Amino acid sequence: MKRMLAIMGAAGAATLLATPAIAQEAAPAAEAVAGGTAYILNTLLFLLGGFLVMWMAAGFAMLEAGLVRSKNVSTQCIKNIGLYSIAGLMFWIIGYNIAYPHGGEASNAIFGMAGTVYSMQGVGIADTDTGYSVASDWFFQMVFCATTASIVSGTVAERIKIVPFFIFVSVLTAVIYPVVVSWEWGGGYLDTVWGFSDFAGSTLVHSTGGWAALIGAIIIGPRLGRYVGGKVNVFPGSSIPLATLGTFILWLGWFGFNGASQLAMGTVGDVSDVSKIFVNTNMAAAGGVVTAIILTQIRYKKADVTMALNGALAGLVSITAEPLAPTVGQSVLIGGIGGAIVVFAVPLLDKLKIDDVVGAIPVHLFAGIWGTLIVAWTGDATFVGQLVGVLLTGVWVSAASAVLWLALKYTIGIRPSEEDEMTGLDITEVGVESYPEFSSRM
Amino acid sequence: MKYLIAIIKPHKLDEVRDALTEIGIAGMTATEVKGFGRQKGQTETYRGAEYTTNMVPKVKIEIACAADIAPAAIEAIQTAAGTGSIGDGKIFEMELTSALRIRTGDSGDTAL
Repeated sequence: MKRMLAIMGAAGAATLLATPAIAQEAAPAAEAVAGGTAYILNTLLFLLGGFLVMWMAAGFAMLEAGLVRSKNVSTQCIKNIGLYSIAGLMFWIIGYNIAYPHGGEASNAIFGMAGTVYSMQGVGIADTDTGYSVASDWFFQMVFCATTASIVSGTVAERIKIVPFFIFVSVLTAVIYPVVVSWEWGGGYLDTVWGFSDFAGSTLVHSTGGWAALIGAIIIGPRLGRYVGGKVNVFPGSSIPLATLGTFILWLGWFGFNGASQLAMGTVGDVSDVSKIFVNTNMAAAGGVVTAIILTQIRYKKADVTMALNGALAGLVSITAEPLAPTVGQSVLIGGIGGAIVVFAVPLLDKLKIDDVVGAIPVHLFAGIWGTLIVAWTGDATFVGQLVGVLLTGVWVSAASAVLWLALKYTIGIRPSEEDEMTGLDITEVGVESYPEFSSRM
Repeated sequence: MKYLIAIIKPHKLDEVRDALTEIGIAGMTATEVKGFGRQKGQTETYRGAEYTTNMVPKVKIEIACAADIAPAAIEAIQTAAGTGSIGDGKIFEMELTSALRIRTGDSGDTAL
């Protein structure tokens, strides 16, 4: 998603000006539909894309539920539905106005606020001078905010209490994530000074979530019994079908995530671009899956299904920074390398004793960095500009997350007691078992 | 009366059950269990980490029977459950002191 100065081509009527979130590279100004129709189609893109990205929340929930042990499944479920809701609330209360503080003007600023609570337009009012309904843009941006928070949930699973988790999510979605957004989609420092390019959020969403997850995993520590006596102990997930379904749901949602980041669908050129984005997005995922299957087959003599799932997601994250410009071949290659990154990074994290339950750090952080840097090859960006974006985001999110995780650790505490962790969080945190009929409890 | 406990490969349960009912054994209890003997577990990999499953899934069946039919029951189980490969299992025989049918109060051989 670029800054929104959607250039809508010839037809005078519904054109666009700077609005919160603006400026796009020159979309081919082809035959535009007149007046209100362009407004309607642009808004439609945000609405469709928006609810597809909302559906990614279900994808994350099922992927995580499937990869944790049975005794912790309810906890993952409540974390996911909770974080999605908290993200919406925080984004409404303050997040949106931190993410888009400059009202569409370019700015060198590192921080700004355009108000506090998001005030939606009244009934029957259409802000036609923007070219799209701002409420639809708010909705679209809000679901991206929620996606960022979902990433953290998977990594720290099975040894985090839900209250500190929700507190972390609240600050992540109210401040940490919106600040990063303001630097790029909000027309701020990275965009203006460095020409940083992140079409749909490999850095803004995926790396942000990834850094927060990495710092969390380090500060919270691994699950009990995971790394004992130099060995890596395996805790297999409770439902491979759920994990697979979750991955396919995320894949589907990604068409909205990347496709609707075109931010416009009122011209022939724009809708063609959205189509290309769908194709590249899919092919990158496919490249990631096939690479992961081939590599795990070679390395372990067996193709690990969970790595294939991670491969799809890594492919998707890799193409997210620039899903429009590449050729299909480039997309497959970019996604394929994302898949390879995951196959090598997952065991590497274990070697470092960083316990990432679902592989979110390789998928979102490492592939997110890769996807961001490779835009210097496929799109309109410089390697240095991309690197600055990656590093600035890394420094900000890591530092802010570290302060927050540490504050939580040394005040209310983050981990359950050892006994509670062994019993299972479903009993100790949620009070609801996911599979009571298969429980060994009478 | 005798009490037989047999540990068998899970996929042999139906065959064993059929063989026993054929010789007149009227009831059994089956439980899913894990264990090891000479058959070791296997090495698997999950997300790049190797682990050995040193407990193998088996089924345990328990049968209370009259002393005179016990040898035939043991032979039936052995024939039905055997595959010739390691991990076929074992059969144990114990003395059973008493048995009682809960519904009617029958005891001894008539309870079996």
